[in-house]
Amino acid sequence: MKIVVDFEKCTSNAVCMGIAPDIFEVRDDNFLYVLQEEPPEDKRALVEEAVRMCPTQAISLEG
Amino acid sequence: MNTIAVVGASLAGLRAVETLRHEGFTGRLVLVGAEPHLPYDRPPLSKELLAGEWEHDRTVLRKQPYDDLDLELRLGTAATGLDLATQELALAGGTKVAFDGLVIATGSTPRTLPSIPALDGVFTLRTIDDCLAIRQRLDMGARVVVIGAGFIGSEVASTCRKRGLEVTVLEALPQPMVRGVGTRIGARLAAIQVEEGVDLRLGVSFEAVEGDVRVERIRLGDGSTIPCDVLIVAIGVVPETRWLETCGLVLDDGVVCDETLHAAPGVVAAGDLCRWPNALFDGEVMRLEHWTNAAEQGVFAARSLLRRAAGDEVEGFAPVPFVWSDQYGVKIQCAGRFGPSDDLEITHGELDSRQFVALFGRRGRLVGALAFSRARQLMQYRKMISERASLRDALAHARASG
Repeated sequence: MKIVVDFEKCTSNAVCMGIAPDIFEVRDDNFLYVLQEEPPEDKRALVEEAVRMCPTQAISLEG
Repeated sequence: MNTIAVVGASLAGLRAVETLRHEGFTGRLVLVGAEPHLPYDRPPLSKELLAGEWEHDRTVLRKQPYDDLDLELRLGTAATGLDLATQELALAGGTKVAFDGLVIATGSTPRTLPSIPALDGVFTLRTIDDCLAIRQRLDMGARVVVIGAGFIGSEVASTCRKRGLEVTVLEALPQPMVRGVGTRIGARLAAIQVEEGVDLRLGVSFEAVEGDVRVERIRLGDGSTIPCDVLIVAIGVVPETRWLETCGLVLDDGVVCDETLHAAPGVVAAGDLCRWPNALFDGEVMRLEHWTNAAEQGVFAARSLLRRAAGDEVEGFAPVPFVWSDQYGVKIQCAGRFGPSDDLEITHGELDSRQFVALFGRRGRLVGALAFSRARQLMQYRKMISERASLRDALAHARASG
């Protein structure tokens, strides 16, 4: 599983960070940082939730 | 259940059908949508798409193939009626769909004023077709007037300024977005709009739209007029429940549901039209017109429908409401539930800047947070609201995190 962020779509709403703070982090510079681009399989449900709830549909999953 | 019908093919309806399949429903699944398009995302319609920065293919909500969902798609077909006794849905054109389970997700439709004539150049903004029609006029260099300084009106005005267009915003209330953010924050938003070159007219009464074939000018209550090529009426939405009026479901500014989003046995609702009691806010009955709510309710309603039908216990839907708006380079985010009588504390910046957080307390509890370009902090407070934190703890958190 690999996380892909479309940074042209991402507007740093930080909803993903609210759902999975150990994977997504919006810092004080207001940019999103993906802390784990290939998170372990046991995080799949959480990451899928973040994909679904991204208000700008900027996150997708490969694999 | 053999057949589930989902009425409404936008965000809530799409999340519902995806969830039904994800949860293992293998029966017949019918998705009905009044618009001819596959589900698309609406927030860009007042922002990137209207600005001309995006084309419509970027608003597609589902990137994976629809074949995976094994849907019977009925697009461009509005539902016209519902018979709960026979469990039948009536569609435009006269066809009927029999169902065992039903998800109602027909959203909302823009409010209009009977005094506004249907002249060329007069628009509301809800659909992608509305957006592209307005955009075509903006491309020609229009003088724009927006009636209503709520979320949509303010975003449209911001997009017009970004495009270098003259825009006048008319608002009957004393501040923009005042229903959403209150008067103190509303006053700050008014100042930003003026700084950005919007001709903002607050507390004005609108008298008439004038023109022959096309809209030419707007007349205000004081007799003054504003020249206008494009008029955008953005005075809110009403739940799209006309097709449900005689079916026997309880309607009261939306479809009245219980805490599990059931409106009747085998019938759930999700999105703009769903009115339900939120246990996190002492059972306050809410109806939310926000993107995140439509997404979350679509998922929740689908699960609730399946679990109740299987005889399983279903917990109540009790989220922290969340909404955002992008305008004039400021990301405005609101979490929770707050009003003018709540205590207000400004943290993480100053109210007269473009970066701060406002915390709202009620009887000592943190009930809401609003941020200007402070997304990271806002999400932390959203979590604290869900944990029923006190305002005092939230302020201590603010001091500790600087």
